[in-house]
Amino acid sequence: MFKILQVQELTRIFKSGSRELAVVNKVNFDIEIGSVNAIVGPSGSGKTTLLGLCAGLDKPTSGEVVLQGIPLGSLSEDERAKVRNKHIGFVFQTFQLIPTLTAIENVMVPLELRGDSSKKVKDRAKELLNEVGLGDRTHHYPTQLSGGEQQRVAIARAFINKPKILFADEPTGNLDTETGQHIEHLIFNLNKSQKTTLVLVTHDLELAEKCDRIIKIKNGKIDSDTRKTIQEVSQL
Amino acid sequence: MSWKWIFAMAWRDSRSNRRKLFLYMGAIIVGVAAQVAIMSFRENLNESINNQTKELLGADLQVQRSAPLQPEVVAYLDSLSPNQARMIEFNSMAYFPKNGATRLSQIMASEPEFPFYGTLITNPKEAINFRTQSNGAYIDNRIMLQLDIHVGDSVKIGLNTYHILGGIIDIPGQSMAASFLGPRIILPFDGIETSGLLERGSRLLYTTFVKYPPNVDAKVIVEELEAMKDTLSFGFDDVAERQNEIGEAVNYLSNFLNLVGFIALLLGGIGIASSIFVYVRQKISTIAILRCLGVSSNQALFIYLIQALFMGFMGSLFGAILGSLVQLYLPVLVQDFIPVEIELFISWSSILLGLLTGIIISTTFALIPLLAVKKIPPLFTLRTAHIKLLQVLDNATKSLLTLFLIFGIVGYAWLMLQDMLTAVYFTIGLGVCLLILTSISVLIMYMARIFIPSSWTYEWRQGLANLYRPNNQTTTLLLTFGLGVTLISSLYLTQDLLLGTINFEGEDELPNLAMFDIQYDQNDGVNEIITNYGLDVMQNVPIVTMRLESLQGRTTQEILNDTNRVAKRWALNREYRSTYRDSLIETETLLEGEFIGTVNSLNAPVPISIEIELMKDLGASIGDTLIWNVQGIPIISYISSTREVNWQTPEPNFFVVFPKGVLEPAPQFFATTVSTPNQDISLSLQREIVVAYPNVSAIDVSQIVGTIREFIDRITFVIQFIGFFSIVTGLIVLAGSAATSRFQRIRESVLLRTLGANKNQVIKIQIIEYTFLGVIAAFIGLFLSIVTTLIIGYFFFNINFTPNFTIIFIEANVLILLVLFIGLLNTRGIHARPPLEILREEGT
Repeated sequence: MFKILQVQELTRIFKSGSRELAVVNKVNFDIEIGSVNAIVGPSGSGKTTLLGLCAGLDKPTSGEVVLQGIPLGSLSEDERAKVRNKHIGFVFQTFQLIPTLTAIENVMVPLELRGDSSKKVKDRAKELLNEVGLGDRTHHYPTQLSGGEQQRVAIARAFINKPKILFADEPTGNLDTETGQHIEHLIFNLNKSQKTTLVLVTHDLELAEKCDRIIKIKNGKIDSDTRKTIQEVSQL
Repeated sequence: MSWKWIFAMAWRDSRSNRRKLFLYMGAIIVGVAAQVAIMSFRENLNESINNQTKELLGADLQVQRSAPLQPEVVAYLDSLSPNQARMIEFNSMAYFPKNGATRLSQIMASEPEFPFYGTLITNPKEAINFRTQSNGAYIDNRIMLQLDIHVGDSVKIGLNTYHILGGIIDIPGQSMAASFLGPRIILPFDGIETSGLLERGSRLLYTTFVKYPPNVDAKVIVEELEAMKDTLSFGFDDVAERQNEIGEAVNYLSNFLNLVGFIALLLGGIGIASSIFVYVRQKISTIAILRCLGVSSNQALFIYLIQALFMGFMGSLFGAILGSLVQLYLPVLVQDFIPVEIELFISWSSILLGLLTGIIISTTFALIPLLAVKKIPPLFTLRTAHIKLLQVLDNATKSLLTLFLIFGIVGYAWLMLQDMLTAVYFTIGLGVCLLILTSISVLIMYMARIFIPSSWTYEWRQGLANLYRPNNQTTTLLLTFGLGVTLISSLYLTQDLLLGTINFEGEDELPNLAMFDIQYDQNDGVNEIITNYGLDVMQNVPIVTMRLESLQGRTTQEILNDTNRVAKRWALNREYRSTYRDSLIETETLLEGEFIGTVNSLNAPVPISIEIELMKDLGASIGDTLIWNVQGIPIISYISSTREVNWQTPEPNFFVVFPKGVLEPAPQFFATTVSTPNQDISLSLQREIVVAYPNVSAIDVSQIVGTIREFIDRITFVIQFIGFFSIVTGLIVLAGSAATSRFQRIRESVLLRTLGANKNQVIKIQIIEYTFLGVIAAFIGLFLSIVTTLIIGYFFFNINFTPNFTIIFIEANVLILLVLFIGLLNTRGIHARPPLEILREEGT
């Protein structure tokens, strides 16, 4: 199967005074296209740092990340930004909407950046907002929306550029159980319909159980890497 | 790069912050307004001078001498043109029989042909038509109003009585300020000799005005006159020369004002930098999200640069409009000092230059924090990190920006001052002030951090802790407001310092009435009148006029011809008015040599005492021989001592003092000083003396002090008017800085209220913080201004400055209240509304 993400000997060391701390330590794994993956681990295990490195948001101390066949290590920050815009979608724990933009404007940003025609972009953004159930709140600002609604806007934004891979960092972490479940459904459904690869960082094992593969991180290293059988996956 | 999207994003991003950005704009408005107003005004003034060139002199050429022109000069002028007008100028007492008023006046006895260009404007207008009347006089309109004199009344000048034909409104080439030195009186040239004033000690100036016939080469005439002037001892001025002189004066004044205005612009720049800092800091997460979604570092920079540029442009535009309006007011302030009628027009070049300066300053200062935008990583979406914006910039970028700013300031100052060294000093001075203010703010923050006693109440600890917490306003306020206060207070204190030197009122031991030109045969009579009033003659000083003939064996002419001479022209050429006495007086200090008070023999060289500055300007030293021409008789002298003289007193002081026993037989006149108990007695005494001895001039010290005070007040008002711009900028910057940190303040106060603090406690914390800020900014600004004034007093005016603490106390209180007012204005409305409602609104 084609590998959309290859992580090779990935290491990230943080320096604090004279002390060095390897938050991610020689990690290796591949992610297959179209798969649904969870990265789990206790707080401080290095899972968010790993996500940042995989998504090209941070530069590793050593090792390499190859995304969609592009080695990210050799790229400049601006070149990595282009890769993110073209291939990656993001959903964050804290939603990360731009407060000065309305819901629809927030959703439109990734495609507008590409210079696509505004009519097309707007239609697509409306379509996605309808899909996440916010068709009537397109012109609301983030502060006028509830947490769950903000996360739905963030999901619509994540899918607008038809990403090859979606990185989600604790997407339900800031939401109540009911809203969290609703958001989970949205992400999984859209991921399926858009045929996106999903990499989900969570410490919610219940959520992780819903994925095809669970990579468990402990002290910056892979502690275990469990894949479900095709039968198990189809039962999900 | 999709510019369309960048512009759209810049527009969207600015949505909730436009109010804050408007204040950012305000910081630049005032500075640009000052620039445009002054530059436009200069343009207007230069244009007016160019349009009224010939009126500056009233003729093409004027030739002057302190005695009638030599026949050779008269012949030369006759050969140039038949269009000539003569004038004799001197100071004399004018006596108005109608009400007995007297006033030392500037008399101009002129032929009716003057002025050849421009018009003598009188009140009533048609009064000028009677100018040929042999006994008609024109008097400054101002003085006519003051003394309640009307057309048809008479004025007595010397022995002559004239009918007043009209008031003088304007004399071509003279500014209103000329009348400050004493009312100007125009009399007919013919018959002035019968006044009895031409021989009797008065300083006279004989002027011939010439109007050239067509097609004359003025340059050739100037060259020919230049060749003659030293041997025939006269001076001259032509239109081009006068235009240059006035043009230079105008440029000096406007460049100085411009520089004062430029400080306002720089303060605005600092305000911009600080508000953009806070703005960018609030935008870090937005920038990180955008970077995460694929925005390049340059695109992120441009989203914010466009906002800064737009605001800078709008601020500059409003500034230019405001400046063009202020320009209309400036002539009102300075018209009295300018010898031309100021024509007003819109100066597009000044507006353009103002716009350009405003945009460059705002962009440069905004770039310092904005360049940090490029360095904000997308990783901040995953974890909140604290970032110090200045630290993310590499040293090369920081150095480049700093150098650009320094060169920019030096360059601008050079453009304004036309002198590189002064421009560098200006920049260094400004840099030192900013450095001192920054260091003090750092020190205050440090002290507040470590020295707040834990025993103080919660409100005090919180209020003072706000001085060093993130987003504090300590540095911004001290820099902008502190510098503004330093500037304007220095101007104010310097004015106070200058006025202090001439404030003799209430000092009984000093004379307040000085009488000059008392002839030898009038001296006893004048003294008698004074004694009849029950007053004491404080000084009765003999004065002998003389000229320097030779110095160390070389004639003054030989020295003048020497191109390598050290001696200054004025010192060699002037007519000296010297006295003789046997001792030094209170205003003199012996510096070197021995003061010899009496000589018995006329055969040996006479030991004289010379004032120190004159000795320097003559290039002479103790023991040098000088020969004086005392009205035809040579007197050989040598310098036996040198003195320092305090000229800032009403007593008559002298460059050269002879010993007793030499000059007594020479023709001489007297100066007498008296201390009168009040203005009524002073006026009555002056009247009696003038009626009895019309040639005697009286200088009323209180009138002179009043005149100088008015003059200094007007000049300093102009400077303060421009300096005021920097205070306004400081206040706007403070308001801007307060507004940009409003959200944080609100969050804090909401949090405090949530935790149980009541409204009064929250307000008290803010009052403590802003009062403290105000106190520090005001006192440091005032302290620096006292130091500046001390330096100015010591180096430029040679005066020891004693600060007027009443003024400083009042200034300080006003400033503290202003800071407090603006600080509290910023938190308006947040105490009465529910905390969450405010947070939601402000958070967008």
